[in-house]
Amino acid sequence: MSPPPSEQRPQPKSLTDLFVSFTLLALQGFGGVLAVVQRELVEKKRWMTREEFIEDWAVAQIMPGPNVVNLSLMVGGRYFGLKGAMAALAGMLTLPLVLVLLLAVLYAQFAGHPGVAGALRGMGAVAAGLIAATGLKLFGALKNNVLGIRLCVGLGVLCFVSIALLRIPLAYVLLSLGLAACVLAYRKLKA
Amino acid sequence: MSESLQTLHLAFSARDWFDLFLHYLSLSLLSVGGAITTAPDMHRFLVDKQHWLTDAQFNASIAIAQSAPGPNVLFIALLGWNVGLNAGGMLTGLLGVFVTMLGILIPSTTLTYTAAQWGHRNRELRAVRAFKQGMGPIVVALLIATSWILASSNGSSLKDWPVWLVTAASAIIVWRSKIHLLWLLGAGALLGWYGLV
Repeated sequence: MSPPPSEQRPQPKSLTDLFVSFTLLALQGFGGVLAVVQRELVEKKRWMTREEFIEDWAVAQIMPGPNVVNLSLMVGGRYFGLKGAMAALAGMLTLPLVLVLLLAVLYAQFAGHPGVAGALRGMGAVAAGLIAATGLKLFGALKNNVLGIRLCVGLGVLCFVSIALLRIPLAYVLLSLGLAACVLAYRKLKA
Repeated sequence: MSESLQTLHLAFSARDWFDLFLHYLSLSLLSVGGAITTAPDMHRFLVDKQHWLTDAQFNASIAIAQSAPGPNVLFIALLGWNVGLNAGGMLTGLLGVFVTMLGILIPSTTLTYTAAQWGHRNRELRAVRAFKQGMGPIVVALLIATSWILASSNGSSLKDWPVWLVTAASAIIVWRSKIHLLWLLGAGALLGWYGLV
């Protein structure tokens, strides 16, 4: 097993720590866990830097499967191997699964209330904002990117337009823009 | 989607459970960009082809999972739960949860874990570094795009401006402050409850 990236840095103490950390993290993630993952792992626990988060998120994003599930596997696996990956994954899914089932049973009774639909809509709007904030925060980490900030912004804008406005399927965007960006980075790294 | 959350009455054989499992196994490796990208195919299979779920059950499963804490992939657990309810009751419901979740997770987690461990062992390789650096701007842009798509699913006409305002305001507040995210979600829920957004 490869050693953790740095020795002085805070890191999960045990499998239980991983399980509990990811459980608490998942329970805060209404409308998706991504915004919370960044805040907890990077800003609060400092298990990883912004740059490392972007790198790991790239892998989590490009592999099949739910992104945050992939990320929990990767973080757990880095410190404690397969056991760590399983502990983090179990933390991410177990308690939220129980909660969502309870909620489904409750929902069947309260779905008719107009306030409930409104509250869901309001929380959805906030959740969308949280994800944008995560993007804005990570944008600062691109300063150190080998591509240079101007190329980063150019690629980013193209990617946003393709996905958000033109609604091109993710696979095509990754294969074209993503591949182009990686080739550019490969050439810059030679120097 | 409220009143019509009736269950169907299905006679489920071992073969049907196996087919359900197999369908999710096969979708797993296609779910690049999150499990939600394969939702249209799940609809085609569960609602249109097999008639194991009603439209209302399908939509409610997604809405509930998105409003609950935890990863959005749990909508798949709810789809399995509802298929199971239609096939009997709570016990078959739980069976449905396990069949669908194991199916969607086993292939993708195995692949991701193996690939990530390989990438970490070879992190000094030029190709691996180029991948991580090159994907940087793409990843950041994808986050903003995801936010945009979620926000526009709340409404995209001019009269929906309060929803967009809430989204923009919460983005700026979280970006610039350290306020706990749950306060903002609570505020959003209150605004929605009283019909202000």
